This record gives sequence, structure tokens and C-alpha cells, in this order.
Amino acid sequence: MEHIRMPKVENVRLLDRLSSRRAVVGTLYLTATHVIFVENGSETRKETWVLHSQISSIEKQATTATGCPLLIRCKNFQVIHLVIPQERDCHDVYISLIRLARPVKYEELYCFSFNPKLDKEEREQGWKLVDLNEEYNRMGVPNSCWQISDVNRDYGVCDSYPTEVYVPKSATAHIIVGSSKFRSRRRFPALSYYCKGNNASICRSSQPLSGFSARCLEDEQMLQAIRKANPGSDFIYVVDTRPKLNAMANRAAGKGYENEDNYSNIKFQFIGIENIHVMRNSLQKMLEVCELKSPSMSDFLWGLENSGWLKHIKAIMDAGIFIAKAVAEEGVSVLVHCSDGWDRTAQVCSVASLLLDPYYRTMKGFMVLIEKDWVSFGHKFNHRYGNLDGDPKEISPVIDQFIECVWQLMEQFPCAFEFNERFLIHIQHHIYSCQFGNFLCNSQKERRELKIKERTYSLWAHLWKNRADYLNPLYRSDHSQTQGTLHPQIAPCNFLYKFWSGMYNRFEKGLHPRQSVTDYLMAVKEETQQLEEELEVLQERLANLQKSQSGNNKVKSKQQDRSKQFGLYTSNNSLANTPQEYSNDLKSFPSRSPSQGDEDSALILTQDNLKSSDPDLSANSDQESGVEDLSCRSPSGGGCLPSEDSGKDSDEAVFLAG
Amino acid sequence: MEFAELIKTPRADNVVLHRPFHLAVEGTLCLTGHHLIFSSRRQDNAEELWLLHSNIDSIEKRFVGSLGTIVIKCKDLRIIQLDIPGMEECLNIASSIEALSTLDSVTLMYPFFYRPMFEVLEDGWSSFLLEQEFELLSSVTNEWRLSCVNKEFSVCPSYPPVVIVPKSIDDEALRKVALFRYGGRFPVLSYYHKKNGMAMMRSSQPLTGTNGRRCKEDEKLINATLRSGRRGFVIDTRPLTVAQQARAKGGGFEQEVHYPQWRRIHKYIERFHILQESFIKLVEACNDQSHNMDRWLSKLEASNWLTHIKELLTAACLAAQCIDREGASVLVHGSEGTDSTLQVTSLAQIILDPRCRTIRGFEALVVREWLQAGHPFQQRCAQSAYSNSKQKWEAPVFLLFLECVWQIQRQFPCSFEFNEHLLIALFEHAYASQFGTFLGNNESERAKLKLPQKTMSLWSWVNRPEELSRFQNPLYEANSLVIWPSVAPQSLQLWEGVFLRWNRPSRFLQEAEEERINIIKYNKELQAKVNALRRQLAEMETDGEVQEE
Repeated sequence: MEHIRMPKVENVRLLDRLSSRRAVVGTLYLTATHVIFVENGSETRKETWVLHSQISSIEKQATTATGCPLLIRCKNFQVIHLVIPQERDCHDVYISLIRLARPVKYEELYCFSFNPKLDKEEREQGWKLVDLNEEYNRMGVPNSCWQISDVNRDYGVCDSYPTEVYVPKSATAHIIVGSSKFRSRRRFPALSYYCKGNNASICRSSQPLSGFSARCLEDEQMLQAIRKANPGSDFIYVVDTRPKLNAMANRAAGKGYENEDNYSNIKFQFIGIENIHVMRNSLQKMLEVCELKSPSMSDFLWGLENSGWLKHIKAIMDAGIFIAKAVAEEGVSVLVHCSDGWDRTAQVCSVASLLLDPYYRTMKGFMVLIEKDWVSFGHKFNHRYGNLDGDPKEISPVIDQFIECVWQLMEQFPCAFEFNERFLIHIQHHIYSCQFGNFLCNSQKERRELKIKERTYSLWAHLWKNRADYLNPLYRSDHSQTQGTLHPQIAPCNFLYKFWSGMYNRFEKGLHPRQSVTDYLMAVKEETQQLEEELEVLQERLANLQKSQSGNNKVKSKQQDRSKQFGLYTSNNSLANTPQEYSNDLKSFPSRSPSQGDEDSALILTQDNLKSSDPDLSANSDQESGVEDLSCRSPSGGGCLPSEDSGKDSDEAVFLAG
Repeated sequence: MEFAELIKTPRADNVVLHRPFHLAVEGTLCLTGHHLIFSSRRQDNAEELWLLHSNIDSIEKRFVGSLGTIVIKCKDLRIIQLDIPGMEECLNIASSIEALSTLDSVTLMYPFFYRPMFEVLEDGWSSFLLEQEFELLSSVTNEWRLSCVNKEFSVCPSYPPVVIVPKSIDDEALRKVALFRYGGRFPVLSYYHKKNGMAMMRSSQPLTGTNGRRCKEDEKLINATLRSGRRGFVIDTRPLTVAQQARAKGGGFEQEVHYPQWRRIHKYIERFHILQESFIKLVEACNDQSHNMDRWLSKLEASNWLTHIKELLTAACLAAQCIDREGASVLVHGSEGTDSTLQVTSLAQIILDPRCRTIRGFEALVVREWLQAGHPFQQRCAQSAYSNSKQKWEAPVFLLFLECVWQIQRQFPCSFEFNEHLLIALFEHAYASQFGTFLGNNESERAKLKLPQKTMSLWSWVNRPEELSRFQNPLYEANSLVIWPSVAPQSLQLWEGVFLRWNRPSRFLQEAEEERINIIKYNKELQAKVNALRRQLAEMETDGEVQEE
């Protein structure tokens, strides 16, 4: 609290990004964990909550006649534009937020104060939801070729690896330790995915310290052991996910890549994915495009192309597709690495696993996948997502890109995933929110030292509890798309990669489809389930009646009420909105005075939308996507919650000079 | 003329057909007067491909030894390749296809020969009469009347015989106004907004010329749509400079001095060859086989197609906004009033009028605002994206309209009774069809060709229950509200259903669609079952009670 210079500022204006006329006046509060903006206005009092850990940058702009603008950019792609009347207040808010958004100790993070009112047992249960041992068993290891190694039990060999690592049976402790000494940060080859069907595997490591000519017998034996663990194939692929030039440059620093001549029976392959710095800049450029006030189509497409973002996404997908194909179709094992083996390697291994194994396309399986390839193998969450104040050059949207790859696949295979887009968006949100302990720190070792499981809650349990909100209505476990390997189209396929406005323009509700097919179908399915239940009851009653025509049948009344529930969603899925600024030519023309009871300014949504998908999200920084757009007002003007769009603003058309 | 004269080689065996995402098939190729027919003889998987010659946009041939290859590019954007053994056969077939796909007489077109295999339940030629439209209008207002001034197509050759005009304006005045508007296209009612009584009119440009000619009747006509003391908007689909230049050629725009109650807004919509070039570039980009992501986006950008979509939607939204939000009447025109004008008026109706989002209402809209309104389909849709002819009157004006409807549909997926397939079908039939609906450039030409007597209407076919079910959107729930689409670039997407239809794997998307249909079908079945059971139980129970008594 000592960092808060200014706990409350009144008469602050929150600007609408698309239309500065739609500014709302309210009060700004700074708390230990959140920035909160509460609108004035007696009816709505709409609140916008932003977690300090979501803030990625704060920009104080030059004071104008109306006040001092403050721009807050968030890691979940929300942009908040405030105008504070007094320069002095603005400065105090600015200084406070700079400190609050840059915690220096883990203990300052929200997860240590977040209390979802669960008891100790529930918390422990929550952490047990995802169990990696169970997962390796599911894959089919340990078995005659693979075993669990305790060589890293005290993080003695590699401090960024988990304690339990699966390695080929023929890889002795001596080989592992020897190999680890020949690998960057001692990240030796370990099992990521095992394909029960044909014994092919995906292993991961960091780059070898080969320089221009160095060799390591144990490392060569290690790769040999991986090959032998797959009797069906006489070679393995070694996939270096870096551009060749980068890998070659590393040789000068005593690192580099495997020389095919030194390793027997490997096929070496570069798949050029750019490094974290290129990706950070690429995202930055794309976000600048998303932030443009009223871009032309050319501005947008040109900017998107110029950012290179989709090209990078495609590169990651291509690498994943290559590996999945090697494993599934050729039955060849693959060793994947980049430099340190914790960014691109994690992306590529998890994309390949997702393509190979339908389990990872289920909700639970996807949690397991992130836990396996990202959390346990030491993806540096703290550094990449800037949870604690640190080197800005370490920050990079590595897992964001993986999440986007999943979305791109969902677009191509709409029935293949058990979860929907919202699930991905909420995971992304919580990677940055620090509300749950899952993604704290840079490694398992650090998390254990911090006693994360005793002191914080698990996101997975939280998402699982609300899983109904994350279901893809088109998913059926017996559908052809949910069986076996997914084969995305390889060429021509450029046009298959699309801009994900649901993520990067997530808070610009006006840009998205106004009716959600997913929500609509989920409502139908829910009703279908009720109908099935009722049908059963009715059939039973009919049977009883027929049996004893003379008997007493007085169970009638209750069932009749049910029928009223049906059709709740019907005729409620219509939704109107307000016009955008389609022209600036109308400005001097007298606008019609705001009319009352304008029918189509009402905002109506499917009933099921009313149950907020994620109470914690909506209670926190996700206010916009949580409660706000889910609120509704019936066209008759009665009932329910008022919403921004149905508020007074919308009855008058907004025409403004652009 | 006998088609047989054009068909030098009516049949070739051992032809191999190549299509994207299909294995090559060997079979027999036959040419008839109107079709290219390929049938594979494989017992296990016999299949036939029927292609209308009029669907063929361009044809290329090349030889490797005596094996000839013909690449056929269709107006529906599909590309197929036929390998034909024998140089002579191949040359003959290629030249026959070329001749048959470029017949210059309308009366030789397939619709004049097509005999439907289905029973006509409702003659589409009389399904959408303006008289019916007027009847609906009369139930809410008496300010309008039907005029037969154009009965003989003498006042305006591109207008239908009957039009709806303000009641206070007589036919004599209309004749005068027609002389003051380009091509005789005097202002007529396009849409009446029941909610507030505002009207959308459309016309062509006024012939003011350089000396500022005026026409009192024209002023009176459009002022008749205004409420007292209120102003209206003229939405001119040309930029101001172009409108000013038009005066030198006798055209012009409504000047403030003579139309003080009207405010003019210039909302530029691209025309003719610019659109055609954009269309060609877009299709080229979609067919690009390269693996380079950057190239795709820059080609998409360079085509400008989505820019045209955005501009068009914006103009339509503006027109709708003037009517619904400003409570003002609107007059829309460009130069001729047969292209961008119709795009704007018809899209504005999609936004404003829930009826236009039903299947029947949408068909009526296409008939009223495109066919009867005199959009020159035959000229505009003569060739598609693969043609090299570059005639200046060819332009994908109607396709742009269809795509804008699709863009709105994407943003309001539950508010349309019809699905994407109806839009795609209209695109196909506008360019090549067995039906006579899209032949001719206006009602006058259609009457001369006696299309209603000699050809089948597309609507007779579409509205058959069997066909209709393919075009129904399972998610539809009537939405009585105005729907305002977003025109931000992030909200607009490439229409994959048309542009990537033949070069993307569609299986997974089709499966998703089937899944959506099944979810809803199953729900409805259950509902029916539950209701039936409830009734049955209720009856049994009352019977039981009666017995008890």
C-alpha cells in the first residue's frame, strides 16, 4: 500500500477507443492489486477492473485543456485511455502505477492474496487435477524402452528441468550426465511425447555445445539410445527450430548444432522460427495496427503483413506439422531443440503433440499439455511474461503464439477440440494475471522453493469447475475429427492463417460478431438435455398409466411448468447494436434528439450468456468481456441489467468528425 | 444454327480429369450443345461432371507430345484440367468449347433449351410482383401510388412497367422528371421504413449540365417524401469532383439552391473496370501456390477487394443510419443508377428490414432492387475473373453485393433465414445458369425475349421444399431489429466460400455445418416427441378422470 500515492481520483474520463464522444466520467481507485474505474451515473455504475500484473505499459501524455491523458496498455490487449483533470493527480497515479505494475518480489503478486474461499483440502485437490505421472502412464511409459530417471532428483543435473524425467532405458546416468554437460544449460534430451502406436517419440533438449568441432561421446550415445528406443526405425530426426543462420552464429560461441557425421543415423533439419526478440517486435507491430483508430483496409492488411506475425505463426505450425508427420506417418522419433530448448522447443513439441494425440484436444488434455511441455520443462514464465520487474528484453509472447496456433487449428478443424475460443482466451489472461500460482517463476525448482501449492490456488481447478462455459458444442468424442492425427493442409495454405481479432481486439466488442454461434448451440444443447430427461420421465409415466389405467395419476402439475423453460433461448438471440461512425459528413446536420424507448437500441442476448463464464475474470480485469456485454435489457424495456449499449448513449446516433 | 456444326469431336475416351483435392480420374468426355460432360467408367466409383459451356470463363491448351492438356477456368472460379490423348481430338475439343462458351446470341443460351425434370409448384416468374409489394405498403401508408407510366418501357427503358412513386406526383410530372434524369431513371421508391415513415428513393444523376438546369417536378417529387420542416439526404455514390465533372457531359448533382431541404453526401463507391481488375487480382492471389505468407497478405491488400467491401458497407450503413437514426428520407444515386446505387439501396434494406433477411424476402429484394431495377446482368456478368476480354462493362457489382450480405451474415449469424449457400448459388446463376432469371439487362429486354414464357425461373427451382432446405440457416431466429454491422477491417474477412471454395479442404468445415444442423434437428425432434407425449398423457389422464367420475 505504501506505493499508492493517490488512492482515489474523481471526475476521471474513460475514453472509448473507437469514438471519443462516448467517454464516460467516473472515479478512479488504486488498490493494492487493482486499478478500478467506477462510472458515475446512478443506474449503471459500471466498473472496470484491471489487475496491476496485467499492465504492460503506462504512458502519460501531454496535458490538454480537458486534462491529462493517461494510457494504460495491458498484457491481455486491453487499452485503457483515461483523462485525469489535474496534472498533479495524473502524475501521482502514474508514479504509483509504475511501481505497482512492477513488483519486485513474488510475494507481491496477486495469487498470494487471492482467496477464492476454498478450504485447504479443496486447494490440494485442485493442484492434483493435472498429474504428469498419470499422463506419462497414459502415453504408455515407463515400458520396456523408456524409464523414469531420478538423475535430476535434487535438480542436481539441470535446475530448469523437472525432477522426474523420462529417458531411454539404455541411457545410463553416466550418459545422461555426460550429455547434459554438452548441452546449453545442461538441458539434456528427455522425452516429451511417446506414441504408443508405433513407439516413435518426441524428445527435447537444448543445443549441443559443439562449436566448430567439439564432440561428446555420451551425447552421441544419448541420441543413439533414443533411436534404439524405437526399434521400428533406423534413424531419428534432429530438428533445430532456429533459422540456420542463427544456429551457425551460435557455433562461434561454442554452441551450435549436431554434425550429422558425428552422430550415427540422424537426419538433421532446420526449421526456421525466429527468436524471442523478433517475436516481441512482431507482436508490438501487430498491436500498433490493432490500435489504429480508424484504419483503412490497406493500413490494416499492410500493417499486418509488415508485422510478420502470421508468418511466424505459420513457421511454428509448419515445424509442428513436420514433427507430427515424422512420428505418425514415418514412425521416426524426433529430437527437437532450439538454443536453450525452452521457448521454440516448447511451442513446437506442444503443437506436434496436439496434432498427434486427440487427448490433448480435450479440455483436461490441454491443461496436461501446458503443464507437461511448458510448466514442467522450465519455460521461463516469469521472464517471458514480465511478472516481476526484470529485463524487458526477456519478455516475449512465446506461449501466446502457441495459444494462437491452437486457435488457427480450431478454425480449420471446428469439431476437433473439446474446448472453445473462450478457454484459450482465459488461459492467456491468467498466464499474465498471476492470480493463480501455476505459471509463477521460471522453473519447477523455484516453484517448489516458494511452496506455490501450499500458498496459492491452481488455475486448472478453477477452469475445470467452470468447464461448461468452455465447451465446444460441435465436439463429439466419436466424431472423425476427434480421432487420430490432424492433418492440416500444407500447400497452398497461406490464406488459412487469419488474424485473431477475438484475442488481439478482445476488448473492442464492437468489432466482433454480434451473435455467438457457440453460445447459441450450447443453449440448444442444454435444452436438449432437459428434453431428454423429461422424455424419460414422460415415457415412464406413460408406461405406468398404461399399466394401471385405473390407478391414481396425480403427478401432472410439475411437468407442465417445465415447458415454459423451453424456448428461453428462442427469439432471444437477436441482438441489435448502435451504428458506428460511418461518415463524418453528418456532423453539422442537426441530430435527432434522443428518443425514448427506441426498440432496436436494446441489447438482447441468449439467456445462457447471462451466466458469466468466469466469475473471477469478470470480477477482475475482464469486466468488459464478462458482465458488461452479457447484461441485457428486454425490448419491452423491463427487467434485467442495463448495459452500456442500451444506455443513454446509444439512442442518439453518434456522428463525429473522425 | 446447329450446335453440331460447332462440335467437331463429340466424344473422347481415356481422358484424365484433374481437380484440386481430388484424385485424378480417367473417363470419357462428351460435348453437347450446352454441356461438357465427363464420366468416369470406374465401376466402384462412377461419377459424372456436368459443366455448362456458359460457365467456362477461359480455356488454355498445351501439348506434351501427342498428349494434349486443356485447362478450363470457370466463372464460378473453379479450375479443372483435362488430359486428352490425341492432338487432333484435343484441338477439336478445345475449339468447340471455345465456340460453345462464347455464343453471342442470347436465344442460343441454355435456358431456352432447358427442360426441368421437376414439377413446377410455383412459377417463379410471377412470385415477386411489384403489385404485391405495393399492397403491403398500402397497409401502412397511403402516401404512395403505383404508376404505370412506363408500361411500354417508353419513359425509362431500364425501369420495370410499374413503379412506386409519391401519390401527389402524377404521370405527367414523372415524364418530365424522366427527361431530367440520366436514362430516364426518375426517383422511385426503393424502401419505406415503417418504423418512422421515412423513405429511401433511388434514381440516376440529374441532368443539370454546366448551366445548372433545374426541373421543378423533380424537386417536387423528391420533396414529397419529406415531412414538413424536415430535411433529407442525397447520397451520391461519386466523389464530389466526379459529380462536378459530370456536369460537362450533361450530368450533374442536386444543387443546394434548388434543393434547400436536402443535404448531399458524397460517398464514393468504385465502379466498372476498377472492380473487375480488383476481382481478377483477388482470384489470382487466392490461386497462388506459393508458401510465402507475406506474399499472400500483400496480394490480398493489393487487390483492394476488401477495401471495396468496406466502402460499400459503409455507404449502405450510412444510408440506413440517415433513415433510422436521423429520421430522414434518403435519395441514392450515382451516375446511371444501375450499379452502386442498387448496391447501397439493397444493402441498406438488409440492415433495416428484417423481412429482407428471410429467404422469401431476400429473393424479393434481389428481384426488386436488381432485376426489376435494371441492373444490366448480361453485361456485367458476361465474364468472370479469368477472362482476358477486359470489356469495360464487365464488373462484379452483384458479387460485391452478395459478399456484403455475407459479411453482415457473419456478424449476425442467427439473424438470417438463409445461409451462405443461397448467396453462392445466386453468384453462380448470375454468371451461368439453366434458368432465364438473370438473362437480359432489364425488364424490357426480358419481355422482348419472352423469358417468362420460354425459360424457367430460378425461383421456381429454389423455392421447392427440397432445394430450400439446403439454403436454410439452422440457427435462424427472427430478429425484428435493425442490425448495424461493423465495418472495421478486423471485422471483415475474405469470403472463403466463394474465393477459396475450390482450393481449400472443405471437408472439416462441412462436417461442422452438419454437426450444427444435427444439434438443432435433434433438439426439434425431441421437442416434438415431448409435446406429443405430453398431449397423449394429458388425454389419458382426463380420460382416466372421466372414468373415475
